[in-house]
Amino acid sequence: MSAADTHATEPLERGLVKSPPPAQDRPASGRGARRRPATRQNRTLPYLLITPALVVMAGVLGWPLIDTVVLSFQDMRRNNLWGGTTPPWVGLDQYTTILGDSEFWHVFIRTVVFVVVCVFFTMLLGLLIAMLLQRVSPWLRVMITSAMVAVWAMPLLVSTSVFKFMFDSDYGLVNELLSKLPGVDYAGHNWFLNPTSGLAIIAALVVWAAIPFIAISLHSALTQVPKELEEAARIDGASGFGIFRFVTFPVIKPVFVMTTTLSIIWDFGVLGQVLLMRNNHPEPDYQLLGLYSFTQAFTSNSFSTGAAISIITVVMLSGVSVYYLRQLMKIGEVE
Amino acid sequence: MTTAAKVTYKSKKKNRTGWNILGLLTFVVMGFPVYWMVITALRPSTEILSYHQKLWPSSITFDQFHRAMDMPNFWDNVKSSVIISLFSVIIAIGVGLLAAYALGRFHFWGRRGLMITLLLIQMIPGTSMLIPIYIQLNDMGGLNQYWGVIVVYAATTLPFSVWMLRGFIVNIPKELEESAMVDGCSQMAAFRRVVFPLLAPGLVAASIYALMTAWNEYLFAYVLLQDNDKYTLSIWLLNFTGQRGTDFGALMAGSILVALPVVIFFVMVQRKVASGLTAGAVKG
Repeated sequence: MSAADTHATEPLERGLVKSPPPAQDRPASGRGARRRPATRQNRTLPYLLITPALVVMAGVLGWPLIDTVVLSFQDMRRNNLWGGTTPPWVGLDQYTTILGDSEFWHVFIRTVVFVVVCVFFTMLLGLLIAMLLQRVSPWLRVMITSAMVAVWAMPLLVSTSVFKFMFDSDYGLVNELLSKLPGVDYAGHNWFLNPTSGLAIIAALVVWAAIPFIAISLHSALTQVPKELEEAARIDGASGFGIFRFVTFPVIKPVFVMTTTLSIIWDFGVLGQVLLMRNNHPEPDYQLLGLYSFTQAFTSNSFSTGAAISIITVVMLSGVSVYYLRQLMKIGEVE
Repeated sequence: MTTAAKVTYKSKKKNRTGWNILGLLTFVVMGFPVYWMVITALRPSTEILSYHQKLWPSSITFDQFHRAMDMPNFWDNVKSSVIISLFSVIIAIGVGLLAAYALGRFHFWGRRGLMITLLLIQMIPGTSMLIPIYIQLNDMGGLNQYWGVIVVYAATTLPFSVWMLRGFIVNIPKELEESAMVDGCSQMAAFRRVVFPLLAPGLVAASIYALMTAWNEYLFAYVLLQDNDKYTLSIWLLNFTGQRGTDFGALMAGSILVALPVVIFFVMVQRKVASGLTAGAVKG
């Protein structure tokens, strides 16, 4: 009775509670497919179908990746590029130089702090908004979702431009509004003079732009939490937080972990936002790992140094990637 | 029992107002930068370059849009963006569809490895491939050519397109195809006549997602293209910042011009994309 009553107030959306654990139906379909007699066509056809994709990926993604590794053991510079000469082989020199350079470690630590802050706020706010979406009236949910989808689709350089304008020292709205507070004068305040506050604004931009994907994904995961379970926990006297901790979160955990790892990887690659905010010439204090590799290669024209920094980044991220992959396999998406 | 039920009901009803207020706040915070962009693009320059910004415009004008479109190379860059994203999407979806069909319908040796590769590739930062691609294109004379960027975009959007299309294919019942084959279709004919029509919405969603990725990309375009009239629209936005500061009014108008097409397309297919990105559509 009580369950039925509360359900009546819940908006009906998207219909069904999806997916029994995929583990149940998967092996059955796999066996069924294998039992069918495989004709000769069935054996070669899939390879024919994947060949074009393999060629494109191997040529444009796989090969360059190997070449990055090779480059990082050489010393490729502008004159090699123009003259077409083979760059000299320097072994591990690039790596020892980079790892012995204190500037690299400053950039590294700055990047880690930046990523941790961004990912933390993205996931926290994304989760809160996802849960909020379940609780607001349907018309408001449509409004919030539309705003988020617009933000999601915005080109990165567009959203950066908007933030740049809002935080402009002369004509920015933020300074204007802050100055309205009693006893505060932010007129003409330059947020980017101090790299910490400048990076905080860039982090705000990154978080704001990343929230839609996280919130929408988590919201669709939340709709799969069986209402009966939450109701049962509530009747048994669980507190709001207890329900979330022991009933809701375990169900959305796979999606939560996946989106977190993706955010980590994406935020490590932040580059364009800094470049545009700093008018294409970022100060040393604004260097983040992705940008650092880019500047070394294309501004200092030391392509090999840039390549070596990329490789170091990829190696550091590989732990996260492997974790992501294991999560996916655990929930049975890669069969 | 009845009282308990009533209490839950009541407290839920009462709570919603509080949630709605929070929700409105979220809407305002998320949407404000978008609002600010639109409003700035529509107001006269004197109001933009003022030390007393108002939250709403006193008059509306399309001046900023005219000035933005008068910026050098606007139409050239529109052409670049359209050519590059269109061709890269066609390649990515065409090639991707074949691979997705193989992954979704066949059990072959190496299938699992291919799927893991697709996922891993998406986790490699683009910058790490930028340097060798730049050097290679330089050797092949592909710098500053559309085809260089097209091939790169097609390849970078390919893994995700395959992954997403596979999700849609898996959700089309195999029995439909099998009955077509019993009735005398070959496997490919069954695909063309049965699966393909059913796949159309998924195909549209995947294409638009790929289109959005290509349209919004800036890094490869910035490095691989060199002439002002060959840049894509994303790069065109860098024109508004000069030695003497930024022309914000025209920049906001230009931003709207760049963002509008993809935002409209994306709003239409967002649900499908969201489910393709996470668990829902990618069940085995």
